Amino acid sequence: MPIIEVSGLRKAYGGRPVVDGVEFAVEEGEIFGILGPNGAGKTTSVECVAGLRERDAGTVRVAGLDPRADRKELTGILGVQLQESELQEKLTVREALELYSAFYPDPAGWRELAERLGLTGKLTTRFGKLSGGQKQRLFIALALIGRPRVVVLDELTTGLDPRARRDTWKLIEEVRDSGVTVLLVTHFMEEAQRLCDRIAVFKQGRVAALDTPAGLIRRSAGGTVISFAPSRPLDDGDLAGLPEAETFEHRNGRLTIHGTDTTVNAVISLLARRQITAHQLRVTDSTLDEAFLELTEAREN
Amino acid sequence: MSASTAVLKAEFRLFVREPLSLFWIIVFPTVLLTILGLIPSFREPNADLGGSRMIELYVPVNVLLAMIMSGIQALPPVLSGYRERGILRRMSTTPVRPASLLAAQIVLHFAAALGSALLVVAVGRLAFGVALPGQLPGYLLALLLGALSALALGAAVTAVTPTSKATTVVGSAVFFPMMFFAGLWTPVQAMPGLLQRIVGYFPFGAASQALNQAAEGGWPDWTNLGVTAAWAAVLIAAAVRWFRWE
Repeated sequence: MPIIEVSGLRKAYGGRPVVDGVEFAVEEGEIFGILGPNGAGKTTSVECVAGLRERDAGTVRVAGLDPRADRKELTGILGVQLQESELQEKLTVREALELYSAFYPDPAGWRELAERLGLTGKLTTRFGKLSGGQKQRLFIALALIGRPRVVVLDELTTGLDPRARRDTWKLIEEVRDSGVTVLLVTHFMEEAQRLCDRIAVFKQGRVAALDTPAGLIRRSAGGTVISFAPSRPLDDGDLAGLPEAETFEHRNGRLTIHGTDTTVNAVISLLARRQITAHQLRVTDSTLDEAFLELTEAREN
Repeated sequence: MSASTAVLKAEFRLFVREPLSLFWIIVFPTVLLTILGLIPSFREPNADLGGSRMIELYVPVNVLLAMIMSGIQALPPVLSGYRERGILRRMSTTPVRPASLLAAQIVLHFAAALGSALLVVAVGRLAFGVALPGQLPGYLLALLLGALSALALGAAVTAVTPTSKATTVVGSAVFFPMMFFAGLWTPVQAMPGLLQRIVGYFPFGAASQALNQAAEGGWPDWTNLGVTAAWAAVLIAAAVRWFRWE
């Protein structure tokens, strides 16, 4: 049974629907990504999951609990890191960890948590003096301190440098490996592709697609990209005969073909038949970026 | 340690890390009393005041100043900042209600104001020979109601202002008339009759008169206590009614 179930979720602000029939289910122990352009209803949806917003319609269950009606129980099993939620400027890291551990009946040891998150050297530093990455690590620690079954992380790595971002990713994977389900809101494709077991792509308040990162890429046109510089030009007729090839592009003597694995095999045998050498041959998967852009295109048909 | 004790402990540490707030709440009223006490004519019996000395009237005024500093000057920016910076929001994701954070701040500001009032009374007695309040229970009741209305007014200001900036502006705008009502420029007893009656309908004007009556040894007028209590009740209701959590 899924640990988070959302169906028919609706929320409007001033008559304008922001979330309009969102539906998804998160399995226990996975990192589930919510991806989408700004204003697609990502944050509002997770706020409904966390019980911070009253939904207009639909059902939301987290481990069988209704986030609004069973608020008290929910806060005991759900750790949350929200956008734009800070701590008291002059509270030290240690004080923040001690304070938040006092909120839960069976908290994780804050010392180990600080150790795991690389905050041990910062325990006496005030919140206001921490760097962006250190703040984010402290927020993760606070989200985990109550030994939650589920953590919601909203745009966790926004504003971090690439190094800090990669460190944070490693942490989130460790959190998942310790058995905690992670609901991750992001707008970084690389982050979603690297971390998420499954992704719901939001578009205008709805889930436009829900699949594994690889699945999303596969279902977009031109999932596999073959690119090389042929030793002599290929015949257009030959190219047109390639199975499952979506597009061809000639540029600066390089030929780029979008297709599938079948296309790759056909290209290789074509080159062998015509005795053409493929210089600098690259076969890559199309990125999530491309799949995302295609899925969230404003095109309505 | 229970969650609310932990919140109170953490907020206490934060409270003592604000030297400027501590100065205005705890030190300033006594410093002002001392400065006024250094004016020779304020220490002489004054026939216009029925033989009282001016400095005697300024003890209750500075006691109220401590309440006003704490409740209207110091408290609102803290509460508003907690809301604006998402500190309340973060806490609302835990099993502890964010109201406990506000309650801790109100309790601490209340305690600081009472400590400051005590200091004013003590310095008045020791440095300027102002008699201790003759009617102690009455004095304490008036003090309590005065503190309550100051904190309630501060909370109400926070409730009706959307941003920290607006809170500070409105807080200052309210601060000066309240100091006037408390009698900081002219003690309420030294005001002309009509003005004195008008001021008596405002929270600190009424509290000021109640404190004076208790200081002189009588039980304060129920009208003065009633007006102060009514203001406190209305302001608390307004703060609860209009407070926005985000």
